Amino acid sequence: MVKFNAKNLNIWFGQVHALKGVNMEVQANEILSIIGPSNSGKTSFLRMLNRLNDLNPSFKMSGWLEFDQENIRKIDIEVLRKRVGMVFALPLPLPLSIFENIAYGVKMHGEKNLQKISVIVERSLKQAYLWDEVKDRLKSSAFKLSGGQQQRLCIARTLAVEPEVILFDEPCSGLDPISTAKVEEAMLKLKKDYTIVLVTNNVKQAARVGDRTAFFLSGELVELDKTEKIFTAPGDKRTDGYIRGKFG
Amino acid sequence: MRNTQRTQKIAFFLLFLATLLIVVPVGLIVVIIIQKGLPAINWQFLSDIPRQGMRSGGIFPAIVGTFYLVFGAILFALPIGLLAAVYLSEYAKDNLLNRIIKLAIVNLAGVPSVVYGLFGLALFVVFLKFGASILSGSLTLGIMILPIIITTSREALESVPGSFREVSLSLGASKWQTIRHIVLPNAIPGILTGTILGLGRAAGETAPILFTVAAFYLPRLPKSIFDQAMALPYHLYVISTQVPNVDEKVRYGTALVLLFLVLFMNLVAIIIRYNFRKKKKW
Repeated sequence: MVKFNAKNLNIWFGQVHALKGVNMEVQANEILSIIGPSNSGKTSFLRMLNRLNDLNPSFKMSGWLEFDQENIRKIDIEVLRKRVGMVFALPLPLPLSIFENIAYGVKMHGEKNLQKISVIVERSLKQAYLWDEVKDRLKSSAFKLSGGQQQRLCIARTLAVEPEVILFDEPCSGLDPISTAKVEEAMLKLKKDYTIVLVTNNVKQAARVGDRTAFFLSGELVELDKTEKIFTAPGDKRTDGYIRGKFG
Repeated sequence: MRNTQRTQKIAFFLLFLATLLIVVPVGLIVVIIIQKGLPAINWQFLSDIPRQGMRSGGIFPAIVGTFYLVFGAILFALPIGLLAAVYLSEYAKDNLLNRIIKLAIVNLAGVPSVVYGLFGLALFVVFLKFGASILSGSLTLGIMILPIIITTSREALESVPGSFREVSLSLGASKWQTIRHIVLPNAIPGILTGTILGLGRAAGETAPILFTVAAFYLPRLPKSIFDQAMALPYHLYVISTQVPNVDEKVRYGTALVLLFLVLFMNLVAIIIRYNFRKKKKW
């Protein structure tokens, strides 16, 4: 099943042409990795999927982008962002307690029953493999957690609003290898129930977790194929060069 | 090498001297006013009405009047100023009109206070027929401190990291929910700073209340917001220039009470702000 479908998608930030005629699909229940050097448009593409680019006043777009066969611009923006969650590059806890961080989205969507919220908080923290580490200090500030714990908190916070898709924007760029492994483990488990789009600077990470991998360069989609294919027999010389570390 | 060190010493000395030049006058003002005013302070001075043409008795009605005026001004200016600041920082698009509005607000803070006084006289006292009253005076003072409150509140709102907003929006919260639950709570210390500045200014100004509320001599407490009232800054002006043979210690005593009142109100706001800052977690 196709989750997202982009047809001839172009976007601009002021004069900068950030995405150039991108055609691609995101399948349900896959992990799609997007790799590419800085300024290749991979994060811009990701932020199209939950319309976070709209916050930038100089943003313009043309072309077509569908979510579940529906024009993404026709979907109520709060509903879209509830269905398409996001985990950012840096761990970004809100200035609230651990509990309130997870409960925030749930409360914003109208849930007032504290018992129900507690159940959701516990379930989300377990899904993100954080529950055992924080269950005794849910009331303390989220800023007291380590970087890796904070990032898993952010994953739990995203899961709490029960999205269908989770966008990861270089989620491990600030983490040590052990924390990275934990985040990747969580991602692989989540694939069963969620569609995951992962933007990463770490080519090896894409190879480890991605079902399919897309390579972006200068705002263009160079190649999109099964991860094994991309890493063993890429169809384009530029892809080959990038994954071998020749540029980028 | 030596030369560098000497230059550094000279630079440090000049910087220290500049700081000292600011601190000394402030300290002297406080010391002189306390020294000359403290002998006048007793229970009667604080709780009695003025007697013998303000040459003796107390200044209670002026204390109460100032308190009412400052309270009224904040009551009017804080909600309006805060709402305007939220609009300007969160909703207004960055276009020419809004840039002009922002510039105008900043410049309004520099308008002489006597101009606000005349404006208050024309609008509240005469046109809206509130007469010379606490209502007119509070509104005039409120308008005078609006630019301060708007400017500092706007800066406080804008200093809340954009990443918090993105996180909140990415979870599907609406823009208003994001402002209400994330932006505003984290901007409170900065908003309070603006309120403190406004408070001090409203308590100390003479010109805006001159035509709109202040009574020359009214030895009783105001009965309603449509009543005139005495106020400390104007009372100080009157006993210093308009009434002959007022004892020096009465004048300095009044100044001391005014100074203390402003410091006290600031202190309360600073304590509230400190408690909010302690909760700030980033």
